[in-house]
Amino acid sequence: MRRLINQVPSRAGAIGLAALPFLLLFVVYVTASDARLAENANDKLLPALSTIADSIHNYAFEEDKRSGDILLWTDTWASLKRLALGLIIGSGIGLLFGVALGVVPYVRATFQPFVSALSMIPPLAILPVLFVVFGLDELSKVVLIVFGVAPVIMRDLALRVAELPREQIVKAQTLGASTWQLTLRVVLPQMWPRLIDAVRLTLGSAWLFLIAAEAIAATEGLGYRIFLVRRYLAMDVILPYVVWITLLAFAMDYGLRLLSQRLFPWVQRTT
Amino acid sequence: MTNILEARGLWKEYGDVVVLENINLTVREREFVTIVGASGCGKTTFLRMLLGEEAPTRGTFLLDAKPLPNEPGPDRGIVFQRYSVFPHLTVLQNVMLGLDFAGAPFVGKLFGSARRRARDKALGILNEVGLYEARDKYATQLSGGMQQRLSIAQSVIREPRILLLDEPFGALDPGISADMHKLILRLWEEHKMTVFMITHDIKEGFELGTRLLVFDKTRLDAQAPGSFGARITYDIPLKRADQLLLKQVQEQTRRTDEFVHATQAGEAVENAQQASG
Repeated sequence: MRRLINQVPSRAGAIGLAALPFLLLFVVYVTASDARLAENANDKLLPALSTIADSIHNYAFEEDKRSGDILLWTDTWASLKRLALGLIIGSGIGLLFGVALGVVPYVRATFQPFVSALSMIPPLAILPVLFVVFGLDELSKVVLIVFGVAPVIMRDLALRVAELPREQIVKAQTLGASTWQLTLRVVLPQMWPRLIDAVRLTLGSAWLFLIAAEAIAATEGLGYRIFLVRRYLAMDVILPYVVWITLLAFAMDYGLRLLSQRLFPWVQRTT
Repeated sequence: MTNILEARGLWKEYGDVVVLENINLTVREREFVTIVGASGCGKTTFLRMLLGEEAPTRGTFLLDAKPLPNEPGPDRGIVFQRYSVFPHLTVLQNVMLGLDFAGAPFVGKLFGSARRRARDKALGILNEVGLYEARDKYATQLSGGMQQRLSIAQSVIREPRILLLDEPFGALDPGISADMHKLILRLWEEHKMTVFMITHDIKEGFELGTRLLVFDKTRLDAQAPGSFGARITYDIPLKRADQLLLKQVQEQTRRTDEFVHATQAGEAVENAQQASG
């Protein structure tokens, strides 16, 4: 018998094994739901699959009677718009300041402690401030995501710049590069794939901030909907919404990874 | 040939630790100086001072009779042991980079006819170092030896006054370093460069240069190992130095010869001789 650390599943086996926990969860849910419904047909905690399917049909394919919108799509569109805007602005700021922090010692000396302090503020704690300053509209939600994402990306990129081998930086100078040219041709191009990695890592917290902001003040959006129907214990809506959010987050992560591989074939990836 | 580099009474100390003491050195244009020495004997410190990354604690360091700049610049090219090619650029882009920097201060990249000229020049150099076929590969797809060729080509295209080599072949297989020796000697001759090469391989030092410097500590104190620094203990002219001198003398006399023929100054001398005789 080989050691456990040397036993590797085949490719098909790995797929099967990966599916196992999902299947298990599904089976557990169905049996638990059946058991509870057998006891009390009006139980709302674990709705039957058929009930969930009906709700999905109502939310994803039927127009809402009151607003005439197809709710899932309006919610998805509203949330994705906020998320994308927050991530783009946040990563833009993160890239700009992160590179500046990493490249110019004077900028680093001036702003490094400030950025470190800033990134320690829990973004949700200043959400009320944002609502007061920017109003209850889109702006405050986007700003919350920016505020949550930018400092993390900034610090990460500053570290990545510092990780560039000294040899490269000296070499570029011996080829006549000014600080600006060095940043433009040597540092920045090597930071793009790092930026995508950083965005992938902050994706989770960006969703967290989005849903929190929507839960508190919004008229549409995935987070808004979940917290709205919570009042009616509508698990048949909440559960599909949660799965949908998870799928969206997964798709974004996967898309970014693919994009990075496509755009930056020179990156040496360990896996 | 004129002096390109001069060090007078050069010291380097870090706090109480003396790394280099009283280095005196004059290097003339087109010399190929190899530097050997035990580890910790200040070879790398000396190189960093040449680059402008470190300032001497005492003494003067002159490049072309002017104080050595206190930061790296295009007058001093460098090839490190590793990491000195840019992974995000192709081989050709790596070589063109120096020309991009020289010609495009704001966008950092040449366009149009300037770009075509730079490309042709870069391809020429890639041909010289045997990387023409690999021009569209990313730098990190190359083997270690090829990366070093690329790094050399990168520096040579800027035509630096001095080319610094920091153990450039230290990480390569013996067979490959032999090829690299031929390459660097050819480039040194064709581009009329002044070369400093640090190596830990004393044999390599003897084979390559026109002049060998040995950095070593002359006084060792077990109680206070930091209190004495390294000096240049040997400064040996090598066989290749004679060849270099021969070539320089030939060039010099040929130039005078041509001048004499061109101006018919010779005739005047002969006429004068006849008249007096």
